[in-house]
Amino acid sequence: MHLGFLVTSLEQGLIYGIMAIGVYITFRILDFADLTVDGSITLGAAVSAKMIITGYNPFLTLIVATFAGGIAGTITGFLNTKLNIAPLLSGILTMTSLYSINLRIMGRPNIPLISNETIFDLFNIPYNLSSYNELILILLVVLVVLITLILFLKTKLGFALRATGDNPVMVRSMAINTKSIKMIGLIIANSFVALSGSLIGQYQGFADISMGIGTIIAGLASVIIGEVIIGRDSFYFIIPGIIIGSVLYRGSISFALMSGFAASDLKLLTALIVILFLSTPRIKSYLGGKINVEAD
Amino acid sequence: MLKLINVTKTFNVNTFNATKALKNVDLEVKNNDFITIIGGNGAGKSTLLNSIAGVFDLTCGDIILSDKNITDMPEYKRANFIGRVFQDPLMGTSPEMTIEENLSMALNKDTNLSLKWAVNKKKRGRIKEHLSEINLGLENRLDTKVKFLSGGQRQALTLLMATIIEPEILLLDEHTAALDPATAIKINELTQKIISNHKITTLMITHNMKDALNFGNRLLMMNHGKLIFDVQGQTKENMTINHLLEIFQKKHKQGFYNDRAILSLA
Repeated sequence: MHLGFLVTSLEQGLIYGIMAIGVYITFRILDFADLTVDGSITLGAAVSAKMIITGYNPFLTLIVATFAGGIAGTITGFLNTKLNIAPLLSGILTMTSLYSINLRIMGRPNIPLISNETIFDLFNIPYNLSSYNELILILLVVLVVLITLILFLKTKLGFALRATGDNPVMVRSMAINTKSIKMIGLIIANSFVALSGSLIGQYQGFADISMGIGTIIAGLASVIIGEVIIGRDSFYFIIPGIIIGSVLYRGSISFALMSGFAASDLKLLTALIVILFLSTPRIKSYLGGKINVEAD
Repeated sequence: MLKLINVTKTFNVNTFNATKALKNVDLEVKNNDFITIIGGNGAGKSTLLNSIAGVFDLTCGDIILSDKNITDMPEYKRANFIGRVFQDPLMGTSPEMTIEENLSMALNKDTNLSLKWAVNKKKRGRIKEHLSEINLGLENRLDTKVKFLSGGQRQALTLLMATIIEPEILLLDEHTAALDPATAIKINELTQKIISNHKITTLMITHNMKDALNFGNRLLMMNHGKLIFDVQGQTKENMTINHLLEIFQKKHKQGFYNDRAILSLA
């Protein structure tokens, strides 16, 4: 094992961590199983890649991609809150539509960015830190995301978001429209996911139509690992914890690759990791000889 | 100030299971009325309060509050002037949020949702002040998550949250029924204190006839989706449980022999 492997896992983990935070917002805070994610991460990459090869500033594309993710969230929110389609199905419908939309945006299934400048080429740190250029840029973006989200969750709107996932009846009795709050949550979550997608595309040097498949499971895996390590008591800790969860998850994936698994086995491995973590409480209570079903 | 005109609610309309929960109810509630509502299971008491709160659309009829027709106003908008406490202590608070966070949402009820801080120093002061008024020592546990509180504490908190911004109408749906007797008495006293201090117009469902007689200035009896008895003022003061039973039997041949009603005579 060498340093390069560690740095790559760390960088990937941090970037995908932003996506995992999006998943945390919908699955945990809002209690909304949102599958839009698989589509909106590709959307972020597609928008950025297309803009970059057209000649736009790569940093500008981050912002546009984030907005595009927000629109994807709006559509899922619309399907659910206005048309009363079940959360799971709303997400799947948007995700499926996004496949065609992403192809339209890109014009072809794959856009390589090798010959174009990305944010990682534009961002230069002088002195002897320049070999950590990419890592530092990624860390900066992650920090901005973390701080923004934590501050947001302390505002009136943030409180409403947290309470809506917890007890919608109470939120309505506090004169707040839970439908609008769901919409806002989905917009924020998918913005983060698309931002993550935009970064991934630029980091790996291409956008691909199928890059989003299984994203939701990777996101859930990161959330769960983060929660197991940090605990679920306070969001001040959980939110950075999810980033750590994502880094550990990418690390274990890289480790699996190095120990001989094919890249095509990764989705199965990811699913197994999630199953393992989700079933831990049951296995523990089984081994402890007591029946203690605590579903959540 | 609150008027229900010909309010009717049928659940599962046009199906085999259609149930008429409210049948052409007319009711006029005056300012500062404190009304207790009794009746057997399925009499339509909760449906009556839910219609006022706007939980569902009415089958027909109108609801007028302070000369404004609120029949089509969504539930969350009515919450601006209607406070509610539910039977289930889990319904009124957000368990994963702290006492302070829950109360701050109640304090923010009459302001717009925005990106302003939900809690600040001034609000924390007000929250502490309000909490010390209810005498449960909760003012020293601001950062405790509500899920760690007992049913009684949660119900007291819900009551405070429902009235901290004074509502035009307070709806209490058997809010002490899920509590142990000693706690129920405490919450009842607290309810009485808050309502009389702030002169809040209140509708309270209870299955306890004694409470129904002791509390408030007016009493309604419901059966099969209809108001069958309405008494107020001095006449109500002079009533006893036996009177209530007699009236019920006279008005309704079927009798009041429903397990809950009998169990609650004490």
